[in-house]
Amino acid sequence: MLSRVAETVYWMSRYVERAENTARCVDVNLHLQLDMPGSAEGSWEPLLFTMGEKENFSKKYGRATREAVLRYLTFDEENPNGIFSCIAQARENARCVREICSSEMWTVLNRFFLALKSPDAQKKMLENPHDFFVAVKETSQLFTGVAWGTMSHGEAWRFLRLGRMLERADQTSRILDVKYYLLLPTPSMVGMALDSVQWTALLKSVSAFEMFRKKYSLVTPRNVSEFLVFDPEFPRSIRFCVNEVEMSLQRIAKETGKSEKSPALRLSGKLRADLEFSTIEEFFKIGLHEKLDRIQQALANLNGEVYREFFKNGI
Amino acid sequence: MNLKDYNTEGFFDELFLSDATPRPGVSPLFTKLAELSPEEIAFRQKAAEAAFFQMGVTFAVYGNEAGADKIIPFDIIPRIVQADDWQKLESGLKQRTRAMNCFLTDIYNERKIIRDRVIPMELVESCPAYRKECTGFTPPKGIWAHVTGTDLVRDSDGTFYVLEDNMRCPSGVSYVLKDREVLKETFPKVFGMMPIRPVDEYAARLRQTLEYLAPDSVEKPNVVVLTPGVFNSAYFEHSFLAQQMGVSLVGGNDLVIKDSRVYARHTEGLVPVDVIYRRIDDDFLDPTTFRKDSVLGVPGIMDAYRKGNVALANAPGCGIADDKAIYAYTPQIIKYYLNEDPILPIVPTFVCENPQDCAHVTENLDKMVVKATGESGGYGMLVGPHATKEKREEFKEKILANPRNYIAQPMLALSRVPTMIDGELEGRHVDLRPYILQGKEIYVLPGGLTRVALKKGSVVVNSSQGGGVKDTWVLSHSEEVPEMYEAVRQWQQQQQQ
Repeated sequence: MLSRVAETVYWMSRYVERAENTARCVDVNLHLQLDMPGSAEGSWEPLLFTMGEKENFSKKYGRATREAVLRYLTFDEENPNGIFSCIAQARENARCVREICSSEMWTVLNRFFLALKSPDAQKKMLENPHDFFVAVKETSQLFTGVAWGTMSHGEAWRFLRLGRMLERADQTSRILDVKYYLLLPTPSMVGMALDSVQWTALLKSVSAFEMFRKKYSLVTPRNVSEFLVFDPEFPRSIRFCVNEVEMSLQRIAKETGKSEKSPALRLSGKLRADLEFSTIEEFFKIGLHEKLDRIQQALANLNGEVYREFFKNGI
Repeated sequence: MNLKDYNTEGFFDELFLSDATPRPGVSPLFTKLAELSPEEIAFRQKAAEAAFFQMGVTFAVYGNEAGADKIIPFDIIPRIVQADDWQKLESGLKQRTRAMNCFLTDIYNERKIIRDRVIPMELVESCPAYRKECTGFTPPKGIWAHVTGTDLVRDSDGTFYVLEDNMRCPSGVSYVLKDREVLKETFPKVFGMMPIRPVDEYAARLRQTLEYLAPDSVEKPNVVVLTPGVFNSAYFEHSFLAQQMGVSLVGGNDLVIKDSRVYARHTEGLVPVDVIYRRIDDDFLDPTTFRKDSVLGVPGIMDAYRKGNVALANAPGCGIADDKAIYAYTPQIIKYYLNEDPILPIVPTFVCENPQDCAHVTENLDKMVVKATGESGGYGMLVGPHATKEKREEFKEKILANPRNYIAQPMLALSRVPTMIDGELEGRHVDLRPYILQGKEIYVLPGGLTRVALKKGSVVVNSSQGGGVKDTWVLSHSEEVPEMYEAVRQWQQQQQQ
């Protein structure tokens, strides 16, 4: 398939996944505020850390109030990672490859984009943010499902899956990294009721709570970390996502006649092996933050190799 | 809703006879309309518009922010063409297509028609769309215009006239297909009761037409659609046609030329391209041959084309057939090459290049429609009877300064179709653009784009000038069984045996 089309499809699904993850994080934070004692203003800075948006946010808005953070992460068109920007970009990408997508896929994105564009969309979101975030999550899920059910599972579809899974692995590692960093440095708090609430919220932000419960009885930092990094079956764990990335790349490399030793494939294989054969204790020994940092770095390198091998191809 | 008050006001109406009774064969539609309340009709109109937005059947408005797409106003009352009328149109359009193809081959090669003094050489060579680079060249399989959209109008006595030919990159066929899709949802029951010919075949026919152009040695030709890009106003159509044909949509940057061959950049490397349905004008196609400043095209593509390594549809150079001064000669062209009388007349046309014609035009501007020969889209046009005196004076000077650039035609009383205006049916003027494909054989899509001037009394139907569109229903003779049903019937018989 055309390199430009492959790249456009890949980013289309990354943007949709990114919008979904932002919605998840903000929504959980909203709920968390309800369980937090004290300040009505709540705590919004950790969320900005999670999203990697602290610096850009502060420049424009200053203090992290509920309304300012909500605006910034949803409708602020100057924030390229905000939900509106992501959906607008995904739709624009879909427009550029309409002949590749099924018309249903396009309609899902276009309809949601038009809803976001309606004049009172932002006001409605501020009045009832939960409904808004549910709509974002459902749109993303719908898009994924519609793609699965209406698009041929050929090369374009594999790039779609590759983009989505790479983005998701990155997002899960970020969420875990920041929560770990923010929640753990106060050893006195470990084991307190609030602590357990926070870790439960973390699980919920990636829709992992119920699935976690089936495997572990206690919500502890160790168990949550293990589940989100290593679980082979949960579709948002880093290992699961990286596994999908590798499978997609294997098929793509085979079908485009690339060697088995293609750099992208090698990188994803190494990362997958690390996740498959390591334990959480080993990660803790080196430092979870350091390990997660290296995973994010590996994912970024992988993105670069995919670009060089498949998108920049021939230029 | 009440249809009794509808008044044809002395115009030829496509759906009503002059005494305001429905024309034969269209009564199921009116029975349905009469049943519906005005609210219900307004609701269906709104639902149709929403469908266009959701499907993204939009055109970009230049200079507007991203996402600010517009839909072309769509009217839910269809235009209906009777079977007999269509039969004549179809044979007339085929005849015209054959003759124009002979003309193009002749002009770029032997120029017999010029030597025989049927058409002056200056007129041909002064066409802005004349491409001297194509001299001595015959395109693959000898076909120039693979896709044509011919604009037709109907006068007060019901006669169809050819108004202009569009052989460069005629657009609008995606609306024909999408309008039909939407109207089937709007009036599902009516479709069961009238013999309306389907239009779904277009994309498959277009692909066949394009594949036919590849060298016979290529077993599975690689066909692509070349678009100027996502910011082009017809981008939706480009992507839609590529999608419906199941071929790649490419931009200039996706193609590279190596050793005079065209390749597309794929994830697996470079893949050869055999046929390009290009929706980029000649001027922008190849900066090494035509406009140097074009960033949309592909440098070197004309070289590959001339060496016979790739087919371009439509062929570069066929734009001369669109020139409105050449148009005036089309009856002679048909006669000259085919030795037949034209089946479809053209509107009497004064070519301002001829001093006699020019004098007549400038004296009678208040009765004429003046058009710039190289323009389209309703630009550079004067509707004399509707224009102010100042405007007419302005045009007079323009014509005298550059007579080659203008033609004039008498004002026709264009036919009308009932149209929903503020919840009431009112007559509005329309034209009709059928689409003709020329490959191994000539195919005329049984349908077409009906453009409607929504402003009361206006005869300018272009979307850039406030026009809208309607679905066009071509009826088949009721005794004719459409081919598709015939195939199903045969299949059923076989099953029973």
